[in-house]
Amino acid sequence: MLASLVGFLGDFDLAEEAAQEAFVVAAERWRRDGVPANPGAWLTVTARNRAIDRIRRDRTLAEKTRQLDVPEATMDELDDTVIEDERLELIFTCCHPALALEAQVALTLRALGGLRTADIAHAFLVSEETMKRRLSRAKAKIKATGIPFAVPAEHLLPDRLDAVLAVVYLIYNEGYSGRVNLAREAIRLGRLLATLMPDEPEVRGLLALMQIHHARRKARFSGEELVLLEDQDRSLWDAEEIAVGREALDRAIALRGRGPYVLQAAIASLQAEERIDWNEVAALYGQLAQITRSPVVELNRAVAVAQAGSTEQALEIVEQLELGDYQYLHSTRGELLRRLGRTDEARDAFERALSLARLERERRFLKRRIAEL
Amino acid sequence: MKYEMLIHVKPGYFESMAEDERKAISAEYMALAEDPAARGGAQLQGTETVTTVRVRDGQTLTTDGPYADTKEVLAGFYVFEAENLDQAIELAARIPAARLDGAIEVRPVVER
Repeated sequence: MLASLVGFLGDFDLAEEAAQEAFVVAAERWRRDGVPANPGAWLTVTARNRAIDRIRRDRTLAEKTRQLDVPEATMDELDDTVIEDERLELIFTCCHPALALEAQVALTLRALGGLRTADIAHAFLVSEETMKRRLSRAKAKIKATGIPFAVPAEHLLPDRLDAVLAVVYLIYNEGYSGRVNLAREAIRLGRLLATLMPDEPEVRGLLALMQIHHARRKARFSGEELVLLEDQDRSLWDAEEIAVGREALDRAIALRGRGPYVLQAAIASLQAEERIDWNEVAALYGQLAQITRSPVVELNRAVAVAQAGSTEQALEIVEQLELGDYQYLHSTRGELLRRLGRTDEARDAFERALSLARLERERRFLKRRIAEL
Repeated sequence: MKYEMLIHVKPGYFESMAEDERKAISAEYMALAEDPAARGGAQLQGTETVTTVRVRDGQTLTTDGPYADTKEVLAGFYVFEAENLDQAIELAARIPAARLDGAIEVRPVVER
């Protein structure tokens, strides 16, 4: 309902207030008169009318609003089929590239996730005041600059959808290291997107990727310590979630998806097998590297190549990468050198990784690696 | 809504082009100025002609050169009418400077 109000009014704050007022009125009226046949429609009509009254009261000559020409909505005009689900429009508005990325994330969580400002602030380790300001500035910019409440035109859609998926993935990644709520929120958003855009393979791909990763979360740590994929206790994996993720992946592939999220999901799915086909994983990373041209992807490919048995070849790939201060480059080099028996070089590489590592549990992991040499 | 578009460029970007290219680019700028959505604009003379004026404590202070000492310089501006920011962005993307290593600052105009 909020989505359709925002669309109608072009103003978040007004929509929220109108919605709240409608609920208050509903509580009184319905207690007195009974619940109406179509409560959703009743609420929406009431909220719109409240908002229109409010705008008329507040309006000055200079102020322009979209809906002044719209006649007052009546109960007859609205039923369930007419109230459009405008959540897709809302997602694209929240994730508009003219907004700062952190604003996009906050707005998406607030408007689509329905999270309270205090909770969003907490999740991103800022004060509630800061988050409130971030949200207000973003809403003000939407209004002032005329960011449209619309699903972007077809020729703009691919880039804009990428932006939306990036925001959802960012939210998921913020939850990856333990704040489970955000990970669940991201998956919820992913499911919503998949419902609203059923023919977009990358949307399913992202959903699959998140679900498969999420299924493994309980095995990632043993107490406070990092556990590598090969050492994880698979009984702690959520088999059902993996299955659901794989279904989404199948759907994405059926839609001829071969984009970055689909590829990453396919890799995640392979890594959840009993016996991992590392050659296949390496091949998929290769395809991903061609699309994204990312040295980090190439690094992952090198790891897969090593796991498939070609340690020398893997090292060759790694040596060519320009990732000077990337901790995981050095930790990977260390591991490869260790496997090749080049212990002194391995130690240097691990030490370099340690000097770059900031997370305590990663530092402990690297120290253990060095001690074991 | 009216949107201003400030055109920031690397100095000499235009002059360093071959004559054919310069003619083609100029034609693009003129076409944009004649677009039905255009509501004004101007090409500005080079930064060697800029004077910055401030008044402090009733005194007029004049200095040579642009206000902001940046690599990029302001080459000109347009004002376009557009329905929303997405349309404005599409217009801005057509300004040649945008693809020739420059940047277009887009901002809504306060309507009176």
